[in-house]
Amino acid sequence: MNGMSPIVQTVARFAKVFILLFGIYLTFTGHLSPGGGFAGGVVIACLYILLTLAYGKKSAFKYFPRKAASGLDSVGALIFLLVACLGLGFGGVFFANFLERNYPGASFSLLSAGTIPVNNIAICIKVASSLFLVFIIMAAARVIEKKDGTRDFKQDEEE
Amino acid sequence: MGIELILIIILVFILLGSIIAVEIRDLLSAVISIGVVGFGISIAFLFLQAPDLAIVQIAVEVVLLILLIRATIGKGVKTTHAHINWPSLFLVVILCLGFVGFACVAFQELEFGAPVTANNPQAPTNYYLKHGLAETGSANIVTSVILDYRAYDTLGEATVLFTAIIGALAILRGRARKKKGDKE
Repeated sequence: MNGMSPIVQTVARFAKVFILLFGIYLTFTGHLSPGGGFAGGVVIACLYILLTLAYGKKSAFKYFPRKAASGLDSVGALIFLLVACLGLGFGGVFFANFLERNYPGASFSLLSAGTIPVNNIAICIKVASSLFLVFIIMAAARVIEKKDGTRDFKQDEEE
Repeated sequence: MGIELILIIILVFILLGSIIAVEIRDLLSAVISIGVVGFGISIAFLFLQAPDLAIVQIAVEVVLLILLIRATIGKGVKTTHAHINWPSLFLVVILCLGFVGFACVAFQELEFGAPVTANNPQAPTNYYLKHGLAETGSANIVTSVILDYRAYDTLGEATVLFTAIIGALAILRGRARKKKGDKE
């Protein structure tokens, strides 16, 4: 997949910081305002899809290699599970909100709600990397129609 | 202008978009018509006071639309050869009429924007609304439900996504993995 025209590349260069900031904002204030880890993760995945479409596959892989994506996918899921198990250890129940019980923060402030922001960040990492992986997988796969009418499934060469 | 009128307009747009998406010959136009459905649902969520769902819906819709467009702009899959199939067209008309009739009944019976659970004091929603902020410290009650009261469901959802990615990576990879001793 090659890049697009210089107009698209310039707009993408200016917009990428704001898109990333919006995704991080949605994730970090998920316990205060509408948003949350899933929406933030999807926005960050959108950023990488935009970069892939604008600059081509090789340039996007420089920012976010495929192996890093699959690693971060697992890391997000494991952080989520780790928080759940820590709740079992410290709070007595699976997914107990032990941080809020021990160190209650002021309501409506960024550092409140205990384990909920941690879970939001974990879900954001997981959703962003897995949606980017879905896009990469779908972008590399092609259906090609042969001359006799049958269709063939082909995978582009990776990297 | 009441909220019912806005919802009816959005529903008509969604119906038109889905019918066009099924019947049109060009696959790219069909994908873009499907976008009408997603964005219409997102605006409907916004008017029904569910901004969390609206944000997720609009973000997923953008990703999904890009993915579908990317998948359809391949070689040789641009147009389909569809001819009018009268039995299925009849079925489509009946389903549309049923949908419109159900919408009419729903708009007459339900009062949009009013919480249904006010009639039922035993509903768990009332408990979450009353004690959610004090027990979890989260100002957004939706987040306090999905990441504290019902976090187990969210774990299952994350597991579903993880398994789907693993399956897609395993099936759609370029070449089979070879052991050291294997030959071509």
